[in-house]
Amino acid sequence: MTLLRIDDLTVTFQGDEGLVTAVERVSLDIAPGEALGLVGESGCGKTVTALSILCLVPRPPGRIVSGRIWFHGRDLLSLPLAELRAIRGRAISMIFQEPMTALSPLQRIGRQLAETLLLHRPLSRSEARRCAMDWLRRVGIPDPPAAMQSYPFQLSGGMRQRVMIAMALMLDPELLIADEPTTALDVTIQAQIFDLIRARRRSDTALLLITHDLGVVWEMCSRVAVMYAGEIVETAPAADLFRQPLHPYTAALLASLPALVPPGARLRPIPGQVPSPLAYPAGCRFRERCPLAFERCAEHPPLRQAAQRLARCWLVNEDPETTP
Amino acid sequence: MPPLLSIRDLRTWFPIRRGLLARTVGYVRAVDGISLDVAERETLGLVGESGCGKTTLARTVLRLDPARSGEVFFEGRDLLRLSGRDLNCARRRLQIVFQDPFASLNPRLTVMDLLTEGLLHHGLIRRRQKAEAAAALLNDVGLSPDALHRYPHEFSGGQRQRLSVARALSLRPRLVICDEAVSALDVSVQAQVLNLLLELRERHGLAYLFISHDLSVVRHLSHRVAVMYLGRIVELGRASDVIERPRHPYTRALVSAIPRVGCDGRSRIVLQGDVPSPANPPPGCVFHPRCPCAVPRCSQTTPPLEPLADEPDSGRLVACLRAAEI
Repeated sequence: MTLLRIDDLTVTFQGDEGLVTAVERVSLDIAPGEALGLVGESGCGKTVTALSILCLVPRPPGRIVSGRIWFHGRDLLSLPLAELRAIRGRAISMIFQEPMTALSPLQRIGRQLAETLLLHRPLSRSEARRCAMDWLRRVGIPDPPAAMQSYPFQLSGGMRQRVMIAMALMLDPELLIADEPTTALDVTIQAQIFDLIRARRRSDTALLLITHDLGVVWEMCSRVAVMYAGEIVETAPAADLFRQPLHPYTAALLASLPALVPPGARLRPIPGQVPSPLAYPAGCRFRERCPLAFERCAEHPPLRQAAQRLARCWLVNEDPETTP
Repeated sequence: MPPLLSIRDLRTWFPIRRGLLARTVGYVRAVDGISLDVAERETLGLVGESGCGKTTLARTVLRLDPARSGEVFFEGRDLLRLSGRDLNCARRRLQIVFQDPFASLNPRLTVMDLLTEGLLHHGLIRRRQKAEAAAALLNDVGLSPDALHRYPHEFSGGQRQRLSVARALSLRPRLVICDEAVSALDVSVQAQVLNLLLELRERHGLAYLFISHDLSVVRHLSHRVAVMYLGRIVELGRASDVIERPRHPYTRALVSAIPRVGCDGRSRIVLQGDVPSPANPPPGCVFHPRCPCAVPRCSQTTPPLEPLADEPDSGRLVACLRAAEI
């Protein structure tokens, strides 16, 4: 069963130096209640993919060139704004990396939370405030009545992110999109936030977690999609991906983690750099950095299926039964 | 042999000024009584969360921030009491690599000028030797000499960080302070820069004071590790001891908070609350309001940083009243 299906999504941006293809022909499924991790290094297109789901890509300079995003049989990309607004924040909600830019700096926390509730639920103002206060308590804010009266700048980064989580979860969304929700926070606060998302997310709420931290994916996600240079290069159940990555990029990414080699030993970085999005090379985009590249890589590989997994590499044997 | 760098009871307090006359109404105690040694060729990792004072400590050592009290001996001389020519001379041997390679390189200088600015300032080379000296430095950090006449914006983050390292090395320092030097980089590029730092350490016999919030990076590079919390050191010892067998409750929580591939998060110690403000640190042990092991006396007595009774020879120091029992 599929809750959300991204189908052949391509997004471009008109930059000063030319047309940038941020996301190219990305397809992705999320099942109800599933926790899917979308990982990749900066600039790989993971945030643009997430923003596209709620039609939050700024247009212009962005342009959705192709693709559909199916949610309950409707294409979110061609929905009238009024219907889209009914979905945003209620059926699908989002937590951003920097809560300071996602919350209004001019309104008290209580008012912002209550307003979100009033927009989507038939509640009276006082009921909405009570519900908001209740949620602030549930996300572990020490003094909810005081927090209701505070402006975002008066709270710490961790507290602001808790407010965002309350706001994102209080309408029982079917899908929670979290875009690097803890990257701006310290590790001990990150631990609190993930603990909270785990505890407060209802079992049928799906999670799309965008991160560059493979450790976070390991801990939070059951399935992973890896992006490189605007494309999905591998999707797999998390345990399989970490045990045996199929795409050479995924393997190289895991090998470059300092935690996985003995201290002081040489790490194995990925040689070279990510190709410029202004001019992706023909063929496999990882080819120039790939230790296993061969002639066929000059031809652009499709996502090839092996068991429950997909990998964009010619070396993946499509039928796992015949692998020696 | 005396240590290369010896910090003694260093305090850096920033005044909080209020009102029309800007009266000092209090102090932010960014660094509050820190003592540390870095030996020749040693890498000391300094870890802690944002706002704990790691960067202020580095900046105070370099005299970029004013110390309130304490001593900083480098090659036997107290940097805090040097001035003019002597300070200039000492700084040559003590360099820093900053976190943001986009902000720390002058965008108007070519790579050649960036790398040789220090050499010219200290009169170590003549103008006509610039190209040669800069090319040698580029070679040292694995960049091609084509880079000489280019500007910083033409390089990627990882390459810029190599330029920052090359600039720091230009004066043949003995100690390089790396302040979150790889934190802004993606993991694949971060690995390249970490390898470079390891290579240079061997090739030039460098000592590093390696500041980072990323414990896995610190563990990888450091011989010893110091853990800071709210302006103080709470634990100090061999990297393997501190990170694999932490004894201070804060270090334990910090180590357990890191999500790692292959470890499950169930044994995690989730701390309650936020880091208190260094303008108003709690009495007694600064960690006691968040500490899962705190007892009443923790809020009354400031624990000294001292060796553990059960491992007196490990060199490990812990600032916890209950270190022996927990």
